[in-house]
Amino acid sequence: MHGFANPRRFLAIARWLTPALLISGLVLTAGATWWGLTQVPPDRLMGETVRILFIHVPAAWLGMGGWTAIALSSIALLVWRHPLAAIAARASAAPGMVFTAVCLATGSIWGRPTWGTWWVWDGRLTSMLVLLFLYAGYIALAQASAREGVSQRIPAIFALVGAINIPIINRSVVWWNSLHQPPSLTVGKSAIDPAYLWPLLIAVLGYSLLFGGVVLARMRALLADMQADARLRRKAMETA
Amino acid sequence: MTMLKAKHQRLVLVVIALVVLIGAGLLAAWGLRSEANYFYTPSQIVADPPEKTRLVRLGGMVQTGSIAQQADGVSIRFVVSDGEASMPVQFTGIVPDLFVENSGVVAEGRMGDGTFMAETLLAKHDENYVPRELQEMTEHQAQQVVAETTGGSPE
Repeated sequence: MHGFANPRRFLAIARWLTPALLISGLVLTAGATWWGLTQVPPDRLMGETVRILFIHVPAAWLGMGGWTAIALSSIALLVWRHPLAAIAARASAAPGMVFTAVCLATGSIWGRPTWGTWWVWDGRLTSMLVLLFLYAGYIALAQASAREGVSQRIPAIFALVGAINIPIINRSVVWWNSLHQPPSLTVGKSAIDPAYLWPLLIAVLGYSLLFGGVVLARMRALLADMQADARLRRKAMETA
Repeated sequence: MTMLKAKHQRLVLVVIALVVLIGAGLLAAWGLRSEANYFYTPSQIVADPPEKTRLVRLGGMVQTGSIAQQADGVSIRFVVSDGEASMPVQFTGIVPDLFVENSGVVAEGRMGDGTFMAETLLAKHDENYVPRELQEMTEHQAQQVVAETTGGSPE
């Protein structure tokens, strides 16, 4: 755990890991998108609209995965005072929010032809919208506390409180009657035909690698920002 | 040694906070159990019929062979079932693409005399994703599709 606590060691790893993740993520995502858009057969009921599966599902998983990353980093920050944890949490927020928005938008576009409506206030859709608002609140809070120089523990506690929503999103289609379908993939069981499952898994892997690459790039940028700030402050002290 | 102790103290605090938070979340979700349902099942409607003026949603499976076109040409009648109870539904208008027999449906409307008068109709997709080609389907699903296509769909 503390092997990565050293920002210098982290930067040495991130320097080559960032482009590796971004390039492999782009290749897999492009491949899965091409496969999903042109190669898979139409679904027995939905027909061609099934192709939106390959962006909607990875976006949903990473929207939830982004908040999980923020919550885990926040625990590392609160318990171990890990110097990189606050930066990792801040860096995960924007990509997580983008994926949540993509999930909501593609779900809405998918819902119109299949369900017959753009939006309904069922448990799954509502809890996912709450996640989008949680991201907005977290980003505002984390930026404000970084700018004002107050404790990073405040956004960390907010992240842990907001983490309750993740199991609620996951279970919403099981606990309550919803218009959204129940989970297709459960432990050891898939209700998705292999023709769709393989491009879906590759898309999930590809988008996850992209997500990791973006988070690392943002962490490097945040660290560089802090370094520049510290250097400027030192300069100001010297001239004063 | 004191450092380790403080670290453990914080770990215990965070764990307690998490347990309390998750407990509160689960309790809230439990409290919402009957309130956060998007629709009622036919069993719930039969057991506790809503007032006739109240707008409610009824959800379930469209019973096989139950979709019947009405004489006016734009209305349909069908039966929604959840395996235990069933409820006849009448609807006037254009149905969504996924509205087929043996598939999920959510109807919004009011209770009439023994028939649910739907004002809007939403189709529910289930968790199965299967290509159209029969040879790629599992035997059970293939039989289901055969039954769907030969069981007299509405014309």
